[in-house]
Amino acid sequence: MNQRPAPPQVPFWRSPQGRAWTFQIAMLAAFLWLVAAAYSNVLANLESRGISSGFKFLRNEAGFRIGETMGVPLPGWGVFVILAALAAGLAASRLMARRARSTPGPRGDAWFAAGVLACAGLPVLALWLTRDAVDVAHYSETSSYGLALAVGLLNTLKVTLIGCVASTFLGLLVALGRLSPNWLLRTLCRWYVELNRNLPVLLQLFFWYFIVLQHLPDVRNSLSLGEWAFLNKRGLYVPALVPLDGAWPFCAALLAALAAAVVLRRRSRRLRDETGAPGRWVVPGACLLLALPALSWLAAGQPFALELPALKGFNFQGGTGLSPEFTALVVGLTVYVSAFNAEIIRSGIQAVPKGQREAARALAMGEGQVLRLVVLPQAMRVIVPPMTSEYLAIAKSSSLAVAIGYPDFVSVGGTVLNQSGQSIEVVGIWMGVYLAISLVISLGMNIYNRRVALVER
Amino acid sequence: MAPEIPDRPPPRLETGAFGWVRRNLLWPWYNAVLTALSLLLAWSAAKPFWNWAVANATLTLDPAVARQHTGAAWGYIRDTWPIFMTGIYPAEERWRPLAALVLVLALAGLSLLPRLRRGRALRLAWLASPLAVFALIHGGGFTGLPAVETHYWGGLMLTVLLSVVAMAAAFPLSVLLALGRTSELPVARPFCVAYIEVVRGVPLITILFMASVVLPLFLPSDVKLDKVMRAMVGITLFFAAYLAENIRGGLQGIPKGQYEAADALGMGYWKKMTVVILPQALRIVIPPMVNNFIAILKDTSLVGIVGLMDLLQIAFATTSSPKWFGRLEEANVFIAFWYWVLCYGMSSYSARLERKIPSADR
Repeated sequence: MNQRPAPPQVPFWRSPQGRAWTFQIAMLAAFLWLVAAAYSNVLANLESRGISSGFKFLRNEAGFRIGETMGVPLPGWGVFVILAALAAGLAASRLMARRARSTPGPRGDAWFAAGVLACAGLPVLALWLTRDAVDVAHYSETSSYGLALAVGLLNTLKVTLIGCVASTFLGLLVALGRLSPNWLLRTLCRWYVELNRNLPVLLQLFFWYFIVLQHLPDVRNSLSLGEWAFLNKRGLYVPALVPLDGAWPFCAALLAALAAAVVLRRRSRRLRDETGAPGRWVVPGACLLLALPALSWLAAGQPFALELPALKGFNFQGGTGLSPEFTALVVGLTVYVSAFNAEIIRSGIQAVPKGQREAARALAMGEGQVLRLVVLPQAMRVIVPPMTSEYLAIAKSSSLAVAIGYPDFVSVGGTVLNQSGQSIEVVGIWMGVYLAISLVISLGMNIYNRRVALVER
Repeated sequence: MAPEIPDRPPPRLETGAFGWVRRNLLWPWYNAVLTALSLLLAWSAAKPFWNWAVANATLTLDPAVARQHTGAAWGYIRDTWPIFMTGIYPAEERWRPLAALVLVLALAGLSLLPRLRRGRALRLAWLASPLAVFALIHGGGFTGLPAVETHYWGGLMLTVLLSVVAMAAAFPLSVLLALGRTSELPVARPFCVAYIEVVRGVPLITILFMASVVLPLFLPSDVKLDKVMRAMVGITLFFAAYLAENIRGGLQGIPKGQYEAADALGMGYWKKMTVVILPQALRIVIPPMVNNFIAILKDTSLVGIVGLMDLLQIAFATTSSPKWFGRLEEANVFIAFWYWVLCYGMSSYSARLERKIPSADR
């Protein structure tokens, strides 16, 4: 008889699964014990300091000044209306686009135009209808801690956005410089990168804030660009666009025209791919972009006034003043990150095999076409993931604003923390919000990455 | 047979210094324009700096004399550099950090000797060195030296100590996190993933604030962690997450066959990891780990925000005293010099490793 010997009995705790579970249960127990100990400590410590926990303090009056504030749009019912209109517009345009495809000829074109109108018009209409429904709260000393934090958050987002865009362009320039056949330019760009990469960003912020900006002339002797821009110790003053009555319809028309032009372009591209007919979208798109805003300008009157900064008394009045803190933060972050971005872009461009360029040239492509159609799309695959990390780094490093007194999210939160003593809550809010920002940035970049990634079988 | 045509020398325009200049700087025409623009740029940056740092500078220790010059007062650095090195560490005890530095440098020098490098004595000495350094710098207890509490530590010494301690403490933690993240344990893995992603998603400052403000709330009221220790905890927790991701990359770079071979030899999990997988994985990720070390060194400059006297804060402290009031430029250049030397040194060392290590395999 062919009987297999019974396998030796291994006790459960000595089998791989058993050990894994024992280990994990021990870990979980240790973790729970830590949490429980920390919790009881927190309760005891908070009681001895007379602090109550919870987020109620966010309603309390802040009582401190914030140097730079923006109006905080408070979401009301208008947001839902706009979102609903956006969804409805998209759905309608989808339907009509399908109709347009099934009915060729001028009637199809009419359906298509209706789709474009629905897609662009409905949200614009909703924006117009709800323009008073979105409350804009302006921060003052009597506002709540919650509003103070919101102002700080907006300031952080402002710096992050400008920093990302500016550092990308500066990085691209430096990367191209490093790839230049010109030895001097190449060397300069190399040292730019080596210098910026190897110095702490905080040191660089101090350099811009305490040294460069302090050496600028005082208000009376500002460096000026004609009557338009003035640079002095107190910051940078540039003209401001002041919205007048016509601003709303004008912006709406501009948005609608942009959306319509994008749709036009996509349609002509698809037509070209399907039928081989040359897709023409540049001229109609440009006409649309010019005509709609121009019409609304004529209909609604002048939408914006340009307000120039002017020296009155001891300081500049009018225009937009960028504070020294903001300027130092944006310039410092941009310069620091641009060094990293330059290396990322350079490595991406160098990762494209030389044969690809040669093949493109052999197909008689021009230099611009080679770059635009062959090199950059392939370089993007290498560039986008590490660039995402750099954008995340900008969002996070903008928190160094606290060191030079720019009222960003961490700086305002720090003041709230000191005043209210609600350290756990404030640190929790910080972490949650930065996690959300990081998540949104990496989500957006991942969607973009999927579009540029190598399509494999 | 055709007469042999002797090689002609290349055109004079293409060789030698002249050829190099032409090729690299002047040809074609737009290259000449770029050269001119670059020269202009370099000149406009270098000339004021030269005037300030060299031409109009003074070395005098007398601030009043230095004030009569428009350039840098390097006498300020001559006067205050010990403070930059050790902060407010008592002046009569400064020989102790110096002795610790000499000790570590001596160990490093001995490690360069191939015969000693393989010996056990040196390894033991390295293992004992943190204790020796701590005993020297902190003193007190059995050493017979007067104790210097951590809030007297500062300057470059503090910067280096913080980053070395953070690196040393974050390393084992990050190995565990990386192993946890790559394992299939249903409890441990999500825990590690959550930790890594949360820590990497928030700024270091918020972690430092948490370590300095919130951590004391979590501890029993009779446990007192001083500021330096709290910053060390914060930096360690922060960098463990970044390091763990690098190590995970190394773990993913190990071929599956290595795991299978270890399994086939009947190795248990820990033996498989410590003997087979980790040595290979860690070797792959030495260059990114050095990058991480550079990042730690640079980011320790943030501890000033939670009240420690690192290099940057020393600059503010010494330039707000009446004697050398407002000499921030000199201070910044001096600090930048140290950071740059340390970071550039490490990054070029890592670049050398990167060139060397793969060649050992392939």
